[in-house]
Amino acid sequence: MAQSITITNMLAGLGRMAISPVQELGRVAIFFFRGAIHLFSLPLQADKIIDQVYFIGMKSVFVICLTGAFTGMVLGLQGYYTLVKFGSEGLLGAAVALSLIREMGPVLAAIMVVARAGSAMAAEIGIMRISEQIDALETMDINPVRFLFSPRLGAALISFPFLTAIFDVVGIIGGYVTGSLLLGINSGLYFSRVESSVLMEDINGGFAKSFCFAAIVATICCFQGYTTHLRKEGFGAKGVSLSTTSAVVLSCVMILVADYVLTSFLL
Amino acid sequence: MTVPLIEFNQVFKHFGDNAVLKGVDLSIYQGQVTAIIGKSGIGKSVLLKHIIGLLEPDAGEILFQGKAISTMTAAERKAVKMKFSYMFQGTALFDSMSVYENVALPLKEKGRIPFREIESRVRDKLAQLDLVGIEDKYPSQLSGGMKKRVAMARALVTDPEIVLFDEPTTGLDPIRKNAAHAMIAEYQKTFGFTGVMVSHEIPDVFYISQRIAMLDQGRIVFQGSCEEIQNSTEPVIRQFIRGQNPESIKAAPSER
Amino acid sequence: MKKTSVETAVGVFVLIGLISVAYLTIKLGKMEWFGDDYYMLNARFNSVSGLKAGALVDMAGVEIGQVADIHLDNQRQVAIVSLKIKKGVILTDDVIASVKTSGLIGDKYIRLTPGGSDRILKSGDMIIDTESALDIEELVSKYVFGDAKK
Repeated sequence: MAQSITITNMLAGLGRMAISPVQELGRVAIFFFRGAIHLFSLPLQADKIIDQVYFIGMKSVFVICLTGAFTGMVLGLQGYYTLVKFGSEGLLGAAVALSLIREMGPVLAAIMVVARAGSAMAAEIGIMRISEQIDALETMDINPVRFLFSPRLGAALISFPFLTAIFDVVGIIGGYVTGSLLLGINSGLYFSRVESSVLMEDINGGFAKSFCFAAIVATICCFQGYTTHLRKEGFGAKGVSLSTTSAVVLSCVMILVADYVLTSFLL
Repeated sequence: MTVPLIEFNQVFKHFGDNAVLKGVDLSIYQGQVTAIIGKSGIGKSVLLKHIIGLLEPDAGEILFQGKAISTMTAAERKAVKMKFSYMFQGTALFDSMSVYENVALPLKEKGRIPFREIESRVRDKLAQLDLVGIEDKYPSQLSGGMKKRVAMARALVTDPEIVLFDEPTTGLDPIRKNAAHAMIAEYQKTFGFTGVMVSHEIPDVFYISQRIAMLDQGRIVFQGSCEEIQNSTEPVIRQFIRGQNPESIKAAPSER
Repeated sequence: MKKTSVETAVGVFVLIGLISVAYLTIKLGKMEWFGDDYYMLNARFNSVSGLKAGALVDMAGVEIGQVADIHLDNQRQVAIVSLKIKKGVILTDDVIASVKTSGLIGDKYIRLTPGGSDRILKSGDMIIDTESALDIEELVSKYVFGDAKK
């Protein structure tokens, strides 16, 4: 008798462990759809979106250029020494451009934005939550999801593709710097390889990824901040720090998971 | 007797194992200021948050003009919510916005109000609360008392019908406190709004409120006029009023 | 003042972004704004292994178009390749289309070798003379193992 109760308890525990992530996933999905709907509800919040584009997009340009340049340069180096073994170092342009446009650009740009803007979003909204500012919005009959999340989602959807494109272009130039200027591949050959190898599908795929990553990053970071008060492990400042950490970690993990899923669909 | 504007009917609320409200019955009448007093941490703010719908009761009903809020449609709820304004205990000012933007926000987000009108209404309100000259400062640059007044300006700028004050004067110096109380009383006379105020300022609340309700042990142990509470023989109430501020009941013992 | 500077910065950002997007899509993705610049020809091949949509079409080493589409003709079980040829390039009906490889393991492309006929191909016409992809594996095996099949 006692044994059967223990087994039942263990099963119930297992069930609890399974149910809570699923519930969380559902909440995130509902949160995302509410934000997405309010992106188009009148009056449009264009000025807030512009502010957020400035924060998410413009302020990330420098770090995106820096990481893009070095990613391209390292791809140039690695690609050169790999391709030279097969005597086809002329393909370097293709290797750099394709790996940047298909993979590195969208993923690394998204991860850099998470580190720069995603953590800030989670912390800002988390602090607004614990200092009752979100409650205050509700008492003013201002929908907090619309007011806080929608502009960030919209701005992310605008900024990510641009940042990805900047990352790609800077990366291709970085590959040119190492491949042509340092290692001596003919620069005309490099760029003609870049141009001839990249197809429209590759570019579309890269942009499709960056749109998905934008939605994932904005949703996860804002959701973590928004639900700071529901955390069981910590309240107040501790809760905000936990929200920020989990926003960054979850976003990065989800970017890579989504990248795999998207790649397998796109190819 | 008239129908109360807001009525609590056996409202229960608990957070985890901690039962905060255990069957609250409370009536709030139109055009009056009702003060809710009680010990710190007894659930006064929780009670106030139920009125505006930030918290939902576990059991029991809250009626607005005789109609249960839980049975209202979304549009009706929205209409009711539009009439309310809430001043938070911790001010809950938006610290990424300037004072002006904070006060202007409720007007801006309502939409349909021309820019010039928003500006004049915000400037008026700031002037009335002695806040001129700090429009471009941020809440973190202000003192606690100033923040309180900014929060009050933000709560009153929409000219609401019902204002919920959560300790509006705690942390103010005596002069500003009196000014704030006077302003609440004066506004209440001018605009006739219904006020619900959580306060610890025991003698003062008797002058500006028409009704007093006392919350203790999760229940409303007293509700009635200021004279009634001052004349109450209930030991809990007498103890509370005396304990909080001995001078305030100078009159009461002499009457007995 | 502050508002304007934010808006300017966002404008700069969007401009940089648009330039990058334009470079990627137009220069690298070969997106066409005007579809009129090309006319279509079809060619039937026994094998086009390694050829991909978007591959170059050249004549005498000059790029004159791209492979638009590759699909299988189910009745004859051969590959049908649609070629986009730039307008202004005049091809005659005895032109020979062959699948070539740039370098030993490079990309596959289509080379058109001009003929001498005076009948000019119009959009939608079929190129009759084709040479399929050179199968290096087959060649190597022929060389190594001798011509066993003959």
